[in-house]
Amino acid sequence: MEDFTWRVGGPQGGGIETAATLFARAVAKGGWWVATKREYHSNIMGRHSYLDVRLSRKPVAAFRGKVDMLVALDGETLARHLDEIRSGGVILYDPRVLELTVHKLPMLDHRVAEALSERFGKLDPSLKDLLAAYVESGVQPLPYPFEEVADRIGAELGVPSLQARRTLNTIAVAASLHFLGFPLEPLLEALALQFRGKVLELNQKVAEAVYREEVPRLSFQLHLNGYEPGRVYLTGAQAAALGKLAGGLRFQTYYPISPATDESTYLEAHTAFTGADVAVVQTEDEIAAVTMAIGAALTGARAATATSGPGFSLMAEGMGFAGMIEAPLVVTLYQRGGPSTGLPTRTEQGDLMFAIRGGHGEYPRIVLASGDIQDAFLDAQKALAWAWRYQTVVVHLVDKFLASMAQSLPKEALKVLSLDGEKRLTPRKEGFGPYERYAPSEDGISPFIPLGTPGGFYWMTSDEHDLEGHITEDIVLREYQMEKRMRKLEAARKEIPLEDQYTLYRDGEVLVLGWGTVKGTLLEALDRLPGVGYLHLRLLWPFPEIGALLEGKKLVTVEHNYSGQLADLVQQETLRRVHHRIVKYNGRPITLDEAVQALEQVLAGKAPERLVLRKGV
Amino acid sequence: MLELKLADYKAEKQPDWCPGCGDYGILSALQMALFELKRDPSQTVVFSGIGCSAKTPHYLNVYGIHTLHGRVLPVAQGAKLANPHLTVVAVGGDGDGLGIGAGHFVAAGRRNVDMLYILYDNEVYGLTKGQAGPTLGLGEKTKSLPKPNPQGRINPLLLAFASGYTWIARGYAYDVKGLKELIKEGLSHKGLAFLHVLQPCPTYNDLHTKEWFAPRLYKLQDEGYDPHVPEGLPPEELDRKMAQFQEKAAEWGERIPIGVFWKAEVPTFEERLKAYLPRYPEVYPALGQQEPLDLEGLLKEFAL
Repeated sequence: MEDFTWRVGGPQGGGIETAATLFARAVAKGGWWVATKREYHSNIMGRHSYLDVRLSRKPVAAFRGKVDMLVALDGETLARHLDEIRSGGVILYDPRVLELTVHKLPMLDHRVAEALSERFGKLDPSLKDLLAAYVESGVQPLPYPFEEVADRIGAELGVPSLQARRTLNTIAVAASLHFLGFPLEPLLEALALQFRGKVLELNQKVAEAVYREEVPRLSFQLHLNGYEPGRVYLTGAQAAALGKLAGGLRFQTYYPISPATDESTYLEAHTAFTGADVAVVQTEDEIAAVTMAIGAALTGARAATATSGPGFSLMAEGMGFAGMIEAPLVVTLYQRGGPSTGLPTRTEQGDLMFAIRGGHGEYPRIVLASGDIQDAFLDAQKALAWAWRYQTVVVHLVDKFLASMAQSLPKEALKVLSLDGEKRLTPRKEGFGPYERYAPSEDGISPFIPLGTPGGFYWMTSDEHDLEGHITEDIVLREYQMEKRMRKLEAARKEIPLEDQYTLYRDGEVLVLGWGTVKGTLLEALDRLPGVGYLHLRLLWPFPEIGALLEGKKLVTVEHNYSGQLADLVQQETLRRVHHRIVKYNGRPITLDEAVQALEQVLAGKAPERLVLRKGV
Repeated sequence: MLELKLADYKAEKQPDWCPGCGDYGILSALQMALFELKRDPSQTVVFSGIGCSAKTPHYLNVYGIHTLHGRVLPVAQGAKLANPHLTVVAVGGDGDGLGIGAGHFVAAGRRNVDMLYILYDNEVYGLTKGQAGPTLGLGEKTKSLPKPNPQGRINPLLLAFASGYTWIARGYAYDVKGLKELIKEGLSHKGLAFLHVLQPCPTYNDLHTKEWFAPRLYKLQDEGYDPHVPEGLPPEELDRKMAQFQEKAAEWGERIPIGVFWKAEVPTFEERLKAYLPRYPEVYPALGQQEPLDLEGLLKEFAL
């Protein structure tokens, strides 16, 4: 196999994440590049959750439409993922679940159960009926009694049943790899990354026991791909957190919210690390999170916060305050399905316009978006550097897909950038008096003076103010300050290197425009779509000058939202018409196959102006 | 630092408060307290919310940050935590602190950051022309209210106590000398100090005027009230102190106490931070990154 996707599904809290991480690490130890995608409900325990691990011979950041192997750790998985396995693929399931019927699956959405009833022409189809349908579509069934195997191995090893059943994840992974003809050794190494001491010993013994059993040989086999050291495997949220550390973060605030919290809890767990002493404060709400970060930033501490949609809505006022008093502030925005509470654990790119425009009044802000895990690491550093360079708000856009996705990368992909350029005021050596906080400056950037700078003091106010920071409603001073602040945007547009603004990966008569996490999918789609170009936007505000690149092209945008916010933005900023908007807003990321099919429709001249993608589980 | 005079703490900017406003008294007391404690203006920051009282920082020659309505506490705590060597004072009105900012007021108590919060309580929203503030009593009707207040009053002292403030006091805006002493004590307290200041609003509050307050106010300390709650107080003693606090904090009407109600020794948030950031007092966040990041070390847990 050149390209393989393994999926594991089961109840939340049942350890399927451990299973997916184990599988990913095992195949990575066998030399494969991997990417893992996580889908879960807003629930602690019991609701359906699944993960895909995709293997490839080169670094990968996209996911296929169909999987090659599905491991169903419960009956609900069997019911939900019908049509998700490619013809010729396999399903590994516990034969005990076949006794169940669709309407006896307590967590299965009524809508899904009804659809199955209709499809099978039965009031309450059994999972046996479903399995028959899998077989009919060319899927090979592999009954595997996970719990029985656990008990048997437990007895063999002299381990109580309860303890043995805690190794179900290892059994599921070991069985999968064994069926695939993959050697045991990388799995044992992967277990050693995951567990310690007695638990490790038990899990390794369990894996060995699974491998001792005779299993049928599948028509496709997974071989080693030549292990190379120096690779890392991490999630987008971890990459963003590490990027913040690399960018000199010293103060982070947050209020718990999915899916942004993972970043802050990573930081909490890694404070007091060499060069990374970060004070992490969990605040009472996002209003406090943003304003507390601003207070910290005023002292010179590189400060940031991280949130998701509802929290970002609460931060709008604080961000305007930072813009007004010219405080450096980074807000990492983990977009999720909106509006309101929306889809707390599902992905969306619905906050683009809000990130750019949200809040009352106008102030300069910089908005950048990450496309993948390496971007998340590098962009977090840029966000901090730019916030301090331009003394304003930088919104770093990521999303749930990226936050919870994990990818293997060469360690060198995570470079610490040297980005400087803060304008700091030299404190007075002699004398004492107020500093002119908002001193005139051609590029709008007055020298920054942290609170506590000796030799003086200054004032700041969220009201419009004069050069000293006192309240004013004078028309001349108002215009002066407004223009001074807004000039920073022009400075940013000029100074930010073009490669940080956008990347034209390939030119083409049909030019696809994307931002954020459609990047990996579209880049891989290009391989299958000759003649199609791709322009990836990294900086969303100030909007890059891309008009000339769009001239005479058929323009297509691809994004995870309802209206096509990038398309609107491109039209507004470049006066070029976007011909097709490919959108998806069901909370599930666009798959590679969906993107290719949609773009093929465009190429064939058969695509409507607005094309909605609807795949997903 | 230069030898500073009291006048040096006074900014050139002229206050634009109404004549007779209680804010003048609080401003003077704050200036005097900072002067008498010889606080270095360049190491002192006064934060404020929004409202009449929130203009205070503009009239002081120290770092002055006039923030958002209700958000003074989180901004101030952020600055203090990032640079624990600053003297931090937060000021704001009753609407700012107990209306729009009530959630922050409560949460601040849970943290006990070492700073002083002064709440100017005139029971009305002055800057928006006299609407009922969160400390105006149920059924009370000040002159700018079209109807008696249909909402009840918050007792700031009891709320501060319930939230965990470790120094709780009340002063009176026209008793400038007494107020100055309270501010000095609050500034010297280790932990979050809450100073509730009764402050008549001559323009909009015609109920609780100077004349109304004068015969009612008395000083707790004149009656031998001891607010001190030392660490490790036996439970029955603590109960007695709490009962004493509650009785006095709830007293309102014929007699209104001012003075220090509660003074407890509780570890500050800064001290708690030290537990997971051992270098925090020396390598505090405001100093920026002090050494190159050991990225290699951090990446170990992700290595394949």
